[in-house]
Amino acid sequence: MKRVALFALPLLLMLALALLFYSRIGENSEALPTALAGQPLPAFSLPALDGGAMLTEKDLRGPLLINVWASWCPSCYEEHPYLLALAGQGVNIVGLNYKDEANAARGFLAERGSPYRLVIADTEGRLGFDLGVYGAPETFVVDAQGRIRHRIVGVLTPENFAAEAAPLLGDAAASAAPAAGSTP
Amino acid sequence: MRARPRFFLAMLLLLVAVAARAENFDVYAFESPEDEARFDRLTHELRCPKCQNQSIADSNAPIAQDLRQRTYELVQQGRSDDEIVAFLKARYGEFITYRPPFNAVTALLWGGPVLLLVLAATVLLVRLRRRAARAAAVARPEDVQAILSRYDDTPPGDRP
Repeated sequence: MKRVALFALPLLLMLALALLFYSRIGENSEALPTALAGQPLPAFSLPALDGGAMLTEKDLRGPLLINVWASWCPSCYEEHPYLLALAGQGVNIVGLNYKDEANAARGFLAERGSPYRLVIADTEGRLGFDLGVYGAPETFVVDAQGRIRHRIVGVLTPENFAAEAAPLLGDAAASAAPAAGSTP
Repeated sequence: MRARPRFFLAMLLLLVAVAARAENFDVYAFESPEDEARFDRLTHELRCPKCQNQSIADSNAPIAQDLRQRTYELVQQGRSDDEIVAFLKARYGEFITYRPPFNAVTALLWGGPVLLLVLAATVLLVRLRRRAARAAAVARPEDVQAILSRYDDTPPGDRP
């Protein structure tokens, strides 16, 4: 009986591992959780993409999504239609134009429409650095108290929005939220 | 022949084209060799968040370049190694350093291999002991005789 137990142990371990690995199939294993969970937005002062006023963290009143995007980012083209759909549903989305060229960025929005209430032109990626951005697209979820709660790495989809973002945004996500500043 | 010089020129250009790859030769000017050594050590101990199996010293990813630049700036500002690592950890999390800290969450990571080793050694020892015990359980001469005598046809008197 003891011998059976001894051999059963590695088998059980293998089964447990197999289940673990199976459950993770399809998930983005490279996605890192945000180190800023629970913290307020970092201070910054950057121009708006439309060349208007300087924007600071005070202009970003939650709940909202901060979508990190750029005209050089192929996946951003993929996620764009869904962002437009979300904006149409009244979700507050602020764009963080990350390490991009202003004309290219403006061209992108002119051609495809803009889901953003505001677009921050982070040409050097300084705000991106303070947020721990390491690629595009990324979407940060900021709650009604102005705290960063979560980051979604990669393309924003109805699935990951519903599972990871909507619960943190609260009911304000569904209703038309007041604009957090001038539209681009 | 006139083709010869052109041939060699073509070969030379090809050689230059092959050799002129983009490499991580960012040129940073340091104020002291200690600073340069610190920068070297730090960039080799910080993980690239994008190419996650490379340090930021080795990775070609744009984010690695940015992080090298930031590390350089912080070294120039005179920040200590701990401060620089803390600065980056605050933004990118524990994953950015190749040395995970030892706490409740990472205890299994650190202790796991040791635990498995101890487990394996224990199992091995137990099995060896059992095998030794079985080998040492030699039958006593009188027991052997008793069994043998049951199958012996010679009359009891003539047996040795």
